[in-house]
Amino acid sequence: MMSTGFRATRDGVTVQLDAGEVSILRSLVSQVLGLVEPGTTGDDPLERALGIGSAAPPADPVLARLFPSAYADDEDAAQEFRRYTEATLRDGKRADATTLLETAAPGRLTLTAEQGQAWLRAINDVRLALGVRLEVTEEVHEEIASMSEDDPRYPAYVTYDWLTYLQDTLVRALW
Amino acid sequence: MGSTAPTEVERPSSDVRPDLPWLTIVWNDPVNLMSYVTYVFQTVFGYPRQKAEKLMMDVHHKGKAVVASGTREEMERDVQILHSYGLWATVQQDK
Repeated sequence: MMSTGFRATRDGVTVQLDAGEVSILRSLVSQVLGLVEPGTTGDDPLERALGIGSAAPPADPVLARLFPSAYADDEDAAQEFRRYTEATLRDGKRADATTLLETAAPGRLTLTAEQGQAWLRAINDVRLALGVRLEVTEEVHEEIASMSEDDPRYPAYVTYDWLTYLQDTLVRALW
Repeated sequence: MGSTAPTEVERPSSDVRPDLPWLTIVWNDPVNLMSYVTYVFQTVFGYPRQKAEKLMMDVHHKGKAVVASGTREEMERDVQILHSYGLWATVQQDK
C-alpha cells in the first residue's frame, strides 16, 4: 500500500489512490466522524440553539486529544472556554471529514486548495486518533521498521505510517 | 513531533510582542508532523517560513513555545483555530 502521494497542480493538488487506499481512508475518517458527531450539549434548548455545550472535558482520550483543554492550569477558565467553543470546533471537524468523504474516490483525484486543506485537517484528526489508540511515540517510524510483520499491531502501524506519508506530501503540495 | 526531513534553521530571538500579558503556547506531541506544524504557523499567523520553522523547532526541542501574544480574547481565538488544526495549544497569562 503506497501511492505516490500528493502533487501540486495549477489550481490545487492531485493524488492517485487505489480502491483499497480509498476504502481505508473513508473507513477511518468515518470512524472519527462518528466519534466527533454526537457532541454533548446541555438540556437547555436555548443553550443548544446558541451552540453552548458541555463544560466537562471528554472522557474518551481520543476526544480529549481532539478537543484539548485551552488552559493548562486554570480549570474554571478551561471549562468556560470549552462551553463556548467546542460545538464550533466539532462542526469544523465534521465539515472537514465530510469534505473528504464526498471527494475521496479511486483513481486520479484533483482537489482545490480549500478541499486540500480540509483533507489535511481530516487526515490529521485520524492520525491524532490512531496516535492515541496506538500510543505512538516520536520513534514510531523506527518502531515500524523493526517490527515483525506477524506483530498484531503491524497493520495498524503501517496504516498510520501511510497516513503520515500522505499528509506530509499534502502539506508540501499545498505550500 | 513526528519527523520528516528536519530543517536546520538559525535561532534568532522570536519573542512576539512581549509587552502584552497573554500568551498562546503550543506543546510538543508525537503525532503532529514538523512540516504540518510549520505550515499551520504560516497559515494561521501569517508568519514567514523561517519564523514558523524556528517556532516549530522550539516546540519540538523544548517541549513548547510561545507562538503569539496579545489580549486574552485574541489568544483564545488563536487557540481555537490551532485546535481546529489539531495542534495542542493553550492560553496563559504571562507572569
